[in-house]
Parts: sequence; structure tokens; C-alpha cells
Amino acid sequence: MKKTVILGALTVAGLAAGAASAATLDDVKARGNLNCGVSTGLTGFSAPDANGVWQGFDVAVCRAVAAAVLGDPMAVEFVPTTGQTRFTALASGEIDMLARNTTWTFSRDNDLKFEFVGVNYYDGQGFMIPKELGVSSAKELDGATVCIQTGTTTELNLADFFRVNNISYEPVPIETNAEAQQQYLAGACDVYTTDASGLAATRASFEAPGDHVILPEIISKEPLGPLVRHGDNEWGDIVRWTLNALIAAEEYGVTSANIGELSAAPGNNPEINRLLGTEGELGSMIGLEADWAQKAIMANGNYGEIFEKNIGENTPIGLSRGLNAQWTEGGLMYSPPFR
Amino acid sequence: MTTMTDPPGQGFRLSQLIYDTRYRSMTIQVVAMILLMLLFSWLVSNTIHNLQNLGKDFDFGFLSQPSGYDINQRLIEYNSQSTHGRAALVGIINTVLVAFLGCALATVLGVIAGVLRLSSNWLVSRLMAVYVEGFRNVPLLLWIVLIFALMTESTPAPSAFRGEDPDSTMLFDVIAITNRGVYIPAIHFGTPLFTNGFFNWLLVLIVLGASIFGIQRLRHWATEKQEATGVRPTTWYFILGLLVIPTAILMVLMGAFWDIPSLQGFNFGGGIHLRNSLIALWLALSLYTGAFIAEIVRGGILAVSKGQTEAAYALGLRPGTTMNLVILPQAMRVIIPPLISQFLNLTKNSSLAIAVGYMDVRSTLGGITINQTGRELEGMLLLGLFYLVLSLLISGAMNIYNSSVKLKER
Repeated sequence: MKKTVILGALTVAGLAAGAASAATLDDVKARGNLNCGVSTGLTGFSAPDANGVWQGFDVAVCRAVAAAVLGDPMAVEFVPTTGQTRFTALASGEIDMLARNTTWTFSRDNDLKFEFVGVNYYDGQGFMIPKELGVSSAKELDGATVCIQTGTTTELNLADFFRVNNISYEPVPIETNAEAQQQYLAGACDVYTTDASGLAATRASFEAPGDHVILPEIISKEPLGPLVRHGDNEWGDIVRWTLNALIAAEEYGVTSANIGELSAAPGNNPEINRLLGTEGELGSMIGLEADWAQKAIMANGNYGEIFEKNIGENTPIGLSRGLNAQWTEGGLMYSPPFR
Repeated sequence: MTTMTDPPGQGFRLSQLIYDTRYRSMTIQVVAMILLMLLFSWLVSNTIHNLQNLGKDFDFGFLSQPSGYDINQRLIEYNSQSTHGRAALVGIINTVLVAFLGCALATVLGVIAGVLRLSSNWLVSRLMAVYVEGFRNVPLLLWIVLIFALMTESTPAPSAFRGEDPDSTMLFDVIAITNRGVYIPAIHFGTPLFTNGFFNWLLVLIVLGASIFGIQRLRHWATEKQEATGVRPTTWYFILGLLVIPTAILMVLMGAFWDIPSLQGFNFGGGIHLRNSLIALWLALSLYTGAFIAEIVRGGILAVSKGQTEAAYALGLRPGTTMNLVILPQAMRVIIPPLISQFLNLTKNSSLAIAVGYMDVRSTLGGITINQTGRELEGMLLLGLFYLVLSLLISGAMNIYNSSVKLKER
């Protein structure tokens, strides 16, 4: 009997997964807001501003989806998640989608049963180190103490990198970016490693960003993108095509400045017309209003505008477009056609 | 007077199950049991159903897959190519280590604080009251984080020890206190008898244990002699010799030498590295649980009648001897059972290790492994099972000790 009680009590833990029903779209509509998992605070990607309103590159994706589905970009409940809690939150149905600079990998897609809907930032793992240590290459880091967020792909890449190069290190496991920043600045670790974009964002929030360098080695491919639960393809399509709409809008020159004018009446470019719903039936195919993409783009502007506003070269984070430029500009951002 | 008897029974009727007190309690128990089983079967089938919905199976195969991550504090051989099962084992050993260290220090602190709180010295007893109330009434997590923050923010980085005229120097030239932990000298063997370091130390421990056994026999002999002749032979140099010489000979045989930590590259190298996460967790757990144990000890001592103290004083015993020989042995009977609970609390509280990045089993198996493999249910079941087994083991061991000190009625 005792054993049964224990098994039963433990089973309760598994029950949380019960909430994950198939029709996320209906749930979101009935609830009237979108539950979106974000980081616990990474400037430029997802962090609350001085008024407590979430801002950032990943946040913009959540807002665009909320605008497309509910018509209101502010109808988002942001759920801060750590590297360790994010997947459980998504699998259990606590959040409808996760936009938390999460790397798209084979095992996450197939073994963890998630659906990556695309890539909104092509990144790679880098190292940040104080200038005074005089290190110029990651291969000189033998014996260094490295701050690393647990439950991330960077943790695995780090182990691989040091093993392959046959050098030793001491990992200091930490939970959040804020904690890493505090430990790094206190000198409890020599090096902080995470996605290069995250390093740039973290460094931008330092008092003296110039005292720290990001080493030239990029030791991994980190395609970051939003993801949803496996199995609800309709919902996955909505998030995927909302992201594509933002990317396509930049390609076609649809910006928050001219979108009102372009969506008022069908113009000369049929691609833009179909995207904005002034022509064709794309909205009903995806189960949304005809102007879903228009609302999504109006939420924060197109992909390029979101990039420039949150993490672009004119922000303190100062990331250049690089791989994240449109394919027409030599980058990797490429949306399938809206047809 | 036996005119009235019950009419002959009409056999068993169903209504008797409810109205007949002979059967009623049985009926209620059976119904409750059925309901309980239904609840459990619903829970289990719901879990299976939901796992199927998520497209997941129930499989412990992940334990034999390579883990891919590194662990900083490992008492057994482990690298990122080892399996998840091995990583869990590293975590288990780390949990047991901090639980053991914590229980030991908490007991010492608790007994001292509990006894001193009853001191007639106003200052001492009030100081102990401040300690007990302070630690007992503030959440443990805050203490862990506070001690960790103190250790990382107020101590120098290893680079401060560098250069001709460094900002910081090592304590007695052998101990380095840095914001990454405390580096203390270690003993290494130049010509070890076994290649596995663990067996070398086991051998040292066995020799030390044998010495202590010898000392006890010697004391026993001295007491017998004293009882027979009234003169206690002088034994202290024998005791000292027995304690030191055999172990020392073995150490010299194995070529023991001190490995003193020194700056090597980014960090100190050599010696033993006590990480800040371990120290913070250990101190916080000990201080917190020690405050509870102090109250248990105080309660135990107060439970011994004052007449015992007075009787001991009347026999001419001094306060210290009275405490050790008369009060504490009797107080132990009251102290041990609640002490077991405190040990169990401390062990389970060690799972707060995640707050300071101490790699216990909750952080390895219950954290990174679950996260990298997506086996939440399996991982959590294993984790629960581990804490259950560990708690039962501690409880069992303490119960054996309890039965050895409890009142023996003859």
C-alpha cells in the first residue's frame, strides 16, 4: 500500500503535462492572451523596461503572434523561464510558445518533442574575458574558470571544445544571465561563455564595457528561434508564418511607416497584396483574419526594424546584421513565398 | 430467566453490511480502498495517456547515454563522455558529502549552543539566544545565498595573489582564500601501495582505527589495574605513541608529502579546492539546522530533573563532569528522536544547492540531465527514490543508535 501511495504522489508530477491539449489556437483565443516564455532578462532580447513593459528582439516575436491571433500586440503574458525550466514550461502547456534565444537542435526537435518554427537569429557561441587577462584566443584558456548557464547547448559545446582542444577548465554552473553577470564581474569566473549575441547584450549593460573583450573564436552554430509543442501543427504554422511574415515584410519593403498606406488598397506588387491580405485568401487558410500579417507587422515593424530597434548597430548592444541580413543582402534570412 | 432468546438467524442479508456494526467498518474500509485504487489507476492511466499525447515513452535508457556536460566537483572519475548515470552518481556522492559534513557540524554547533544557552553567564546565554532565533527564523535559502555572496564578493580573486608585491597573501603561506573557494594543502603519496587513491586512504583509516582500538584496550587495562590496586598507571605516552607512530610509519612508507596550492595560470593549482558553493551550502545548512538542534538539546537537558544536578553536586562532582556523566546521558534519550528529523531535514534541504551552483544530485540528474534528455518523469522518479532511500538509511542508522542509548528497563 505504501508503495502505491508513493507512486501515486509522484505521478501527480507527471499530470501537469495533462494541460497540453491539441488546439492551442482555441485555448489562446478563449483565454484572450498569449502565454509566451521568455528569458529572465537579457537586454535587447527580452527584458522589462523601466515601466515594466517587456521589450526586445524575442519579445517582438511574441507580440507579433499575439497581434496576428488576437489583434492586440499587448495581449501577451510573459513567463520568464531559465535555461532549465523553459522546456518543462512549454511541454506542460504553461506557455503557448517559447521565444528565448533557444538553439534549434536535432534532439530538442525530435527527442524533447518540440517544433522549431524557424530561426530569428543566427548565432554562435563565444567567450567574453576581461581585457587585463591579456588572452587573445580561446585556446589559451587552459585552466580557466568558466561561467556557464546550465541546461543549455552552450554547456555541451563548451565541454566538447575543451575536450577536443585537450585543455582543462573549471565550470561554474549558474542559472540566469543576471547571476552570470554578477559572478563574472565579481571575478568568480575568468570567462563567461554563451551565444555571442548574449555576450554583446550582457557587455552592453556593464559600467565599463570597454574593459572586456569577446574572443574571436565562435565555437558553434546556434540558430536561435521560437518553438512550440510538437503535435499541434496548426498552431506551429501560425507562429512559423508570423515569423516569415516579418522577414518577408523587410524583403518587400513593407515597414511600419508605409504599411497603413499599402494595406489600404491592393497595390502593384501581388506578393505584398497577398501578405497584407488585400488579395487572396491566405488568412483563412491559416485560420486567422485576412489582415493577420498586417497586424503582426504593425506590432513592431518588420524584421529589420525589430533588429535595428533592439539589438542593431545604433543600440548599446551594437550587433551588425551579418548572417541575419536578408538573403538579398548576402545573409541567411529567407522567407518562403506567400502564395 | 432465560425465557427470551434471539430468534434463529435468517442468514446473511446485504443490508447487514451497513446496519450491522459487525460488518459496517469492514464495508467502509473496502469502499475506501476501492475508491483509492480507482484514484491511483486514474492517475497512472492519465500519466500514460498524456505521455502518449506528447509522443514520449517511459524509458530509463538515457542513463547509459553520454552526458556531454562537465561537473566541477567530482569525487569519482568523470568527464563529459561519461554516462548520465555516472553524472547522477557524481551528484549523489556530492549530496552525501554535503549532508554528512552538514550533519556533523550541525550536531557540534547545536550541542554547544544548546548547552551554552542554559549557561548562568548572562552574556553567553543571550548570545546563543540571538544565534538560535536569528538562524531559526530566517529562510535557509537566504542564508545560503548570503554566505555565498559574502564569500564571492569579499574575498580576493586569484589574480590578487600574483606579482612581486601582491594585494593578497596566502594564510600561513599554505592556505589561499579566494573568491573561487578555499585552497588547502593536500597529502599525496609518492610511492602509493595501491594505484587507486581511495584504497590508500582506506588503509590509513584502517591503521588509525586499529590504533584507536588499541588505545581503548589500554585504557580498559588501566582502569582494571586502578580498580584492583587503587593506582592508575601512567599511560599517556603509550596512548600518544599508539595514536601517532603506526599511522606515521605507514605514511612514510607510502612516501606522503604535502601538496601546497600555488598559482598556476588562471587559478590556484594543487592542494584541495573547497569550492565556495560547497562551503556556503555546508555552513548555511549547519548553522541553520544547528539552531534547531540547539533547541532540541536545551529541551533535552531541561527534561532531566534538577534533582539529578543537585544530587551530583552533593556527591562532589564538578559542573562539567555533572553535565557529561549525569545530565547528557539522560538527556540523550529525549534528544535523539527529534535529532533524526533534523538530520533528515538537513539532507533534503541540501537540494537547495542549485541556488549556489553546487552540483548535487538535484543539479546533475534532476537538472541538467533532465533538461538535456527531456526525461522529466523518469528523472524526478529517480530523484525522489534516491532521497527516500537516503532518508530511510539515515533514519535506520539513527534508530539503531537510539535503541543503544534509550532507557534500558531490566
